[in-house]
Amino acid sequence: MAAAALTGLGLAGARDGLRAKRFSARELAQAHLAAMETGRALNAFITETPERALAAADRSDARIARGEARPLEGLPIAIKDLFCTKGVLTTAGSHILEGFAPPYESTVTANLWRDGAVMLGKTNLDEFAMGSSNMTSAYGAVANPWRRTGDNRPLVPGGSSGGSAAAVAARLALGATGTDTGGSIRQPAAFCGIVGLKPTYGRCSRFGIVAFASSLDQAGPLARSVRDCALLLRSMAGFDPRDSTSVERPVPDYEAALTGGIRGLKVGIPREYRVEGMAAEIEEIWGRGVAWLKAAGAEIREIALPHTRYALPTYYIIAPAEASSNLARYDGVRYGLRVPAESLEEMYERTRGAGFGKEVRRRILIGTYVLSAGYYDAYYLKAQRVRALIARDFAEAFREVDAVLAPTAPSAAFAQGEKMDDPVQMYLNDVFTVPTSLAGLPGISVPAGLSAEGLPLGLQVIGRPFDEETVLRAAGVLEAAAGFDHRPSFLASS
Amino acid sequence: MSLDKATVRSIAALARVHVPEEELEHLAGELSRILGWIEQLNEVATAGVEPMTSVVEMRLRMRADEVTDGGLQEEVLADAPERAGPFFAVPKVVE
Amino acid sequence: MSAVIEGRSGPWEMVIGLEVHAQVVSRAKLFSGAATDFGAEPNTQVSMVDAAMPGMLPVINRACVEQAVRTGLGLKAEINPVSVFDRKNYFYPDLPAGYQISQYGRPLVGKGRVLLDLPDGATREVGITRLHLEQDAGKSLHDQHPAKTYVDLNRSGVALMEIVSEPDLRSSEEAGLYLRKLRSILRYLGTCDGNMEQGSLRCDINVSVRRPGEAYRTRCEVKNVNSIRFVQQAIDYEARRQVEVYEGGGTVGQETRLFDSGRGATRPMRTKEHAHDYRYFPDPDLVPLVLSEEFIAGLREGLPELPDEKKARFVGAYGLPPYDAGVLVADQETAAFFETVAKGRDAKQAANWVMGDFFAALNRTGRTIDDPPVSAAALGRLIDLVADGTVSGRIAKEVFEAMVETGKEAAAIVEEKGLRQVSDTGAIEAAVDRVIAANPGQVALFKAGNPKVLGWLVGQVMKATGGKANPKMVNEILRQKMGA
Repeated sequence: MAAAALTGLGLAGARDGLRAKRFSARELAQAHLAAMETGRALNAFITETPERALAAADRSDARIARGEARPLEGLPIAIKDLFCTKGVLTTAGSHILEGFAPPYESTVTANLWRDGAVMLGKTNLDEFAMGSSNMTSAYGAVANPWRRTGDNRPLVPGGSSGGSAAAVAARLALGATGTDTGGSIRQPAAFCGIVGLKPTYGRCSRFGIVAFASSLDQAGPLARSVRDCALLLRSMAGFDPRDSTSVERPVPDYEAALTGGIRGLKVGIPREYRVEGMAAEIEEIWGRGVAWLKAAGAEIREIALPHTRYALPTYYIIAPAEASSNLARYDGVRYGLRVPAESLEEMYERTRGAGFGKEVRRRILIGTYVLSAGYYDAYYLKAQRVRALIARDFAEAFREVDAVLAPTAPSAAFAQGEKMDDPVQMYLNDVFTVPTSLAGLPGISVPAGLSAEGLPLGLQVIGRPFDEETVLRAAGVLEAAAGFDHRPSFLASS
Repeated sequence: MSLDKATVRSIAALARVHVPEEELEHLAGELSRILGWIEQLNEVATAGVEPMTSVVEMRLRMRADEVTDGGLQEEVLADAPERAGPFFAVPKVVE
Repeated sequence: MSAVIEGRSGPWEMVIGLEVHAQVVSRAKLFSGAATDFGAEPNTQVSMVDAAMPGMLPVINRACVEQAVRTGLGLKAEINPVSVFDRKNYFYPDLPAGYQISQYGRPLVGKGRVLLDLPDGATREVGITRLHLEQDAGKSLHDQHPAKTYVDLNRSGVALMEIVSEPDLRSSEEAGLYLRKLRSILRYLGTCDGNMEQGSLRCDINVSVRRPGEAYRTRCEVKNVNSIRFVQQAIDYEARRQVEVYEGGGTVGQETRLFDSGRGATRPMRTKEHAHDYRYFPDPDLVPLVLSEEFIAGLREGLPELPDEKKARFVGAYGLPPYDAGVLVADQETAAFFETVAKGRDAKQAANWVMGDFFAALNRTGRTIDDPPVSAAALGRLIDLVADGTVSGRIAKEVFEAMVETGKEAAAIVEEKGLRQVSDTGAIEAAVDRVIAANPGQVALFKAGNPKVLGWLVGQVMKATGGKANPKMVNEILRQKMGA
C-alpha cells in the first residue's frame, strides 16, 4: 500500500488492515515517520522517537504473526508532551523541564503500550498546557494545517493540545493523546477539524501527567473519527490505584456504543450558550447540529444553565490557584533547569524567572495572589462556591436531558499572534468548554462544517458523568450527518 | 481590584519568580485587568453554598501500609542539576 | 505548679502552649510506598512521589490514618468523621513539592485532653486543641560544605501527627510533665516511638508572659526543640527574656525563634517569617477523608489500657498512693513488671521494692526495664522469702544486691550466705539476755516509761545476731524479759 494511503487510514481502518496483513506495522510506522519529516514545518512535535517506533512496530508485527494482536497493536500515535514517558524527554513545553527524562511512565501511556500502540513522538503544547493557541510553548508555535481560503497566514491549531491536534489533522499520526483542563482537547480538535474527547474527571488516571490544575486535568484522545476516539479511550481509561481521584468502575467497550441509534435521546440546548455577539456562522452550525440530531430521532429541549457566564472567571481563579501550587516543585533543586546563584532565594527566583514563559508566569502570579492571606475567601473560596453552582446547573439539566449540544468554540482558528496582547480576550476562547470542565463532565468535539473562511467548526456533545457512551453515540450521529470530508491545506503525505 | 507595582513585586517574591523591574508596570496592568474581569463573580449569590471540594463524589481511598517503593537513589538523583554524592546540593541556607 | 517570675515591677506568669510533632509508627510513608526506617543511606528511602517528580500523586496510607485516630481516642478527643487535606505552600530545599500536605481547616481530631500527674499526687488537665496528620519534610544539612546545603529526602513524606495543646501550661515543669505524659500515651498506643534523639518527637513552643489575671499577651514561637530538658530551658529563658523586655519598657513582637542548646538561649530566626504566607487550600489531588462510625469504633475497641486508666486501677485495686501509681504506669513495661511482682503478693510491698531498690539498681547498672538486672519473677520470689519469714527485710536488701550482682535466685543466695532468719526462740533469748545484761542503763530507761529505747535495744540484738534474728520475735522477747 502507498504511504499516503497508510497515513490516510483511521485507527480502526489501520487496525483492520494490520490484522488482515494487508501491510505491516513497520510499514505503517515508516509511513508516519516519513510524514512527520515532511510535516516538520508545523512544529507539531517536540521530540520524535523514530527508533523506538520502529522497534515497537517490529514487536507488533511479531505478535500479529503469532496471532496475539492486542487492541491497538501496531497503531502509531503521538503523545502530548505532558505525559511522562520513561527515558524520553518530557518538557511540558517549558524551558524549566529542560533535559528532563522521567524514570517512570504515565499510567495512560503505559495503558496504550500495554495494548500495543506505537509511539511516534511527543507533541508540542502550550507551556504547562496553559493556553488556547499553542503560542506559549517554549518550543515555538505550532501551525494549524488549515489555512483560510485565499490567505496564507499561519493559523493557530488551538491549545493546549495543539501539537497533537495538528499532527492528527495533518496525518502525521493516526491518533494522539491530549489533556483537557478547560478545553485543551476539544478546542484544538475543533480548530483542526478532528474529533477530540475529554472524558469524565476520574475516568483516565492523572498519574504521570505533568499537572496543571489537578481538579480539572483530564486525559483524552484526539483522532480523525469518533470511532477512533472510542478505540483510544478504551485503552486510556481505567482505574488506577496510584491516583486518588481515579474512579473505580469498569471500562465499557466504547466502540460498541456507536450504534447510531439515538431515537428518543433527549438533547438539551442551553439557552445561556447563545452568547451576545455570537458569530452567525457558529449559531448556524449549531442549528444544523440540532437538525441532524432531530432527524435521527432525538428530542430537543431548551435547558437552562444559569451560571454559565460565571464559568470563565471561576476557572481563571481555580486553575491558576492550583497551578501556582503545582508548579512550585520546579525549583531547580532536583531536576530541570537551574540558574546558578549565590543565595538560595536568588537561585529560586532566577531559575523560575528564566524557566517559565510569560503566560505561565502570569497565571502563577494570579494564582498566588488569589490564595494569599486576606484574598483566599474573596477569590478562591468564592470561586469554589460558584463552581458548585455550575455543577448543580448541569446536574439539574441532566434530570431532563441525556446530553447537551453546544458549539465547541466561539470562533474558528485565528492567526498566530492574534489575541496575544489581551489575555482576557484569549481566555474567552474557552467559553463553551470551561463549564463542562468545572463540572467534571465528559465532552466531545466533532467537526461539523466549514466557516465562511474555509476553516473547520466543531460541535460539542456533553454528557452525564461516566456516560461517555451516550456522548460518543450522539457524536457519531453528528459525524455521519455532517459528512465532514474537507481536507486541510497541508497534508503531510499529499 | 487594581494591583500596584509593589504588590506585584511582593506576589512575585512569594511565588519566587523573578520579574525584571521594567516589566512590573506592564504586568501590574495585565493582572489588574484579569482580576477586574474575575470580579464579576461578586454578582453571584453564594450564601449557604458549600464550596466544591471534589468534582467526583467519592471518599478518599486508603492504601495498605506496605513498603512498595524507594531504593531508587540513582534514579532520584539522576536529573539533579547539582548533587554531592548521595545528596542534592543547593546554595547554603542560613536559618 | 505555676511558676511566678518575680520581676522588678512585680510578678509575671508564664503562658505556654506546645505543638508537638510526633512521627507516626508505620512501615511506609503517609502518601507513598517508601520505607520510614531511621538512619538509612541518604536518598534511598525516597519514591518519585516524595521527590515531587512531575505528575506524581499522593495516595494515603490507611495505617497512618488509623494511628492518628487511635491517638485521638487516647487523648479522649473528638474524631472528625470528615477531614480535609490542605496544601501549605512555601519554598524550601527539603520540601520538594513546594508545599506540605497537612490539615488546616478541617483536622482529623478535635478537642481532647491530657492529665498531668503532679508530684503531690493531684492531677491537672491540659486541653488539646487538635491533632492532624501531615507530611514531614526532608533533612537539610548545613554543616557539610562551607557554601552548600545538602538535602536528604529520606524523611520527606513520613507521616507526622501535629498535636496542639491549649495555652494551659504555666511553668517549664508543667511543660515537662505534659511532654512526658503525652509521650507515655503515644508509647502505650504504639503510635509514636517517642524517641526525641532520633527526632520522632519534636516540639514547637509558644511562650508569653502576663501579669497574673491579665489577658494573654503577644507570644513568641520557639521552633523545633528536640529534648524535654531543652524545652524547659527554652521556656525559662524565653519567659525571662520577655519579662526583661517589658520591664525595660519595650514590647514583645510576635516572632519565630530558635533555641541554641549550647548557649541555653533563644534567638530570632534569620529567615524572614513575615514572608511566609502559606496560601493553604484543599489539596485537589486528594478528596475528603471520610471515616465511618464502624471504622472509629473498631479502633476504639482495640485500644490498650492507657496510663490514666491503669493508674486508677492501681490505686483502686492495689491501694497504691496516686503518685506511686503514676510513677509505675509511666511506661507499659514498668507497669507490667510491677504487676508481675505484685501478683498474689502485698501490692504496697511490691511497689516499694520496684520503686525503691529495683529502680535504684536500674539506674546504677544502666540497664533498662526490657533487660532488667533482676527479673520480676525473681524479685517476687525474694519478697515471698520476706513474707514467710525466711529473711528479714534488711537482709532481703542485701540479698537483692547479691541478685543484681550475680544474677542468682534469692533462695540460693540465702542458703549460700547463710542468711536465713533466726526464728529459734532459744538462740534469740540468749542474745536478748546478753544485750539486757550489757545495757542496764537503757533497760532502766525503758522501764521508766521511755518506749523509744526499745528500738535501740532491738537494734543491738539484731547486731549481735548478724541481722538474721527475726525482728518481730526479738521485739516480743525483749518486751517480755523487761516485763513490759
